[in-house]
Amino acid sequence: MSDDADKQNGAEATGRPERPAPEPPGYFEGESMTRRKAFTVAVQGLGGVAGAAIVLPAVGFAVAPIFHRGKERWEAIGPVNDFVEDTYRQVVFTETESIGDAGKTTAYVRKSSKQLEEEPGKFVAVSNRCAHLGCPVRFVEAAGNFICPCHGGVYDFQGKRIGGPPVRPLDQFQTRVRNGQVEVGPRYSVTSQLDPVRARDPGEFTGGVWEYLYPPRPSTFPPP
Amino acid sequence: MKLDSLIPAPLRKPAKPGTSNGAKGAAPADLKTSPPERPSDAKRLADKAVEAPVDVLAWVDQRTAATGFLTGMLYRKVPKGTNWFYTLGSATLIAFISQAITGVFLAMYYTPSTTQAYASIAHINNDVFLGQLVHGMHKWGSSVMVILIFLHMGRTFFFGAYKYPRELNWVIGVVLLILTMTMAFTGYLLPFDQRSYWASIVGININGTGPVIGPYLSDFLRAGPELGATTLSRFYAIHMLLVPGAIIAMIGAHMYLVVKLGTTAPPWLKGEKPKVAAPVAQLDAGVEGNGASPSNGASASA
Repeated sequence: MSDDADKQNGAEATGRPERPAPEPPGYFEGESMTRRKAFTVAVQGLGGVAGAAIVLPAVGFAVAPIFHRGKERWEAIGPVNDFVEDTYRQVVFTETESIGDAGKTTAYVRKSSKQLEEEPGKFVAVSNRCAHLGCPVRFVEAAGNFICPCHGGVYDFQGKRIGGPPVRPLDQFQTRVRNGQVEVGPRYSVTSQLDPVRARDPGEFTGGVWEYLYPPRPSTFPPP
Repeated sequence: MKLDSLIPAPLRKPAKPGTSNGAKGAAPADLKTSPPERPSDAKRLADKAVEAPVDVLAWVDQRTAATGFLTGMLYRKVPKGTNWFYTLGSATLIAFISQAITGVFLAMYYTPSTTQAYASIAHINNDVFLGQLVHGMHKWGSSVMVILIFLHMGRTFFFGAYKYPRELNWVIGVVLLILTMTMAFTGYLLPFDQRSYWASIVGININGTGPVIGPYLSDFLRAGPELGATTLSRFYAIHMLLVPGAIIAMIGAHMYLVVKLGTTAPPWLKGEKPKVAAPVAQLDAGVEGNGASPSNGASASA
């Protein structure tokens, strides 16, 4: 475009009768890209490269945590005999390191129940993080339910939703026994049938098509 | 030639030789018989001192052409019926300036660390001179700004001021609204007390409920799968560096378009009939004879 404009301006500015303009140096028949156009494209390309060299590392730096998975963390919470089948015991442990009390979380732990036909000899650690928007639920002994103070979410003894706005059962933590001590590990979410899936944030459905609409994040651990 | 009146006297072009009026031509004869007294040094210095500020302004003006720009902006025409509702945008701007100033000074005492943030806010409130006032201005000012921006948006909507040719300014305004809400959201975590901690967790989780990209957005905001050590500094950087810069740029674009396009008259004002019949060609082109249509009346500064 600039080439056309130059030719026109040149012809009009001189005011002389139009003569066939002399060919610019290096011109040849069938030329598709002028020297000026080549330089324009080259300079714009270089500018793009320079811009990308600044922006890409900065953006990568900012979004890197999405793809980073921390070290798997296990913490002993007490001897095996501390936990029974028919009620929960509240334990507090560190989920995120190096930020003090803000990194601690609460779980309700019990032995797997024969009555509920769970796999025997295991320990169930239910997260107190409400599956609605992440408020802390508490286990109400008299009702045998988990109840959320924020928006009235209610879960049954196993953590399945029975009322209120939550979209799925309460999350759980992996458990294992080492040297007679029960240990809790990474968080995982469950479907409405309590099948383990990768940890989802509160408010996100699990199971079925939701596994694609709320895809698993690389920053979480695979389910047991 | 109109521009001459805008240029301060010392900067005007001297008159061409031969065009000066007759009174000056007769001067040399008078000067010979009774030459004017040479002013004293003190007098000349005083004259210079009086002229100095004008000279400085003229020096700046000659190099920036600021007078023309400022005259166009400050003396632009506004339509009849302009009323107090039209001040809501300026009020929002003042609220933003107040937030920016108090925010800068709060940053001098605040520590964006999970272990020290709460203590530093307590220090600002309890120990620093006027700390509670400045913190309070910032805290309540944020609510004021959100309320004002919504009132301004409502005014624009109900007065129909979003219509052609101002659609782009509405879009920019919506971007400014989103940026303001981002400021309110990221600022809420900074005191790092129980309320801000849990409110941010809830807010991040609401962000996460967006399908497909929601979970990644949550991870981005938290800098990880859980609220952690870098979440606070990330919110702090977004709150005081990233978004304010974007807001200032957007306000610049917003105000440029306001000055360029002018404001609208309130909808209850009917356009006046042109007093002189306009040529048919002009009527066809949609131009009224004396520019009396309120919605067009303000475009003089464009």
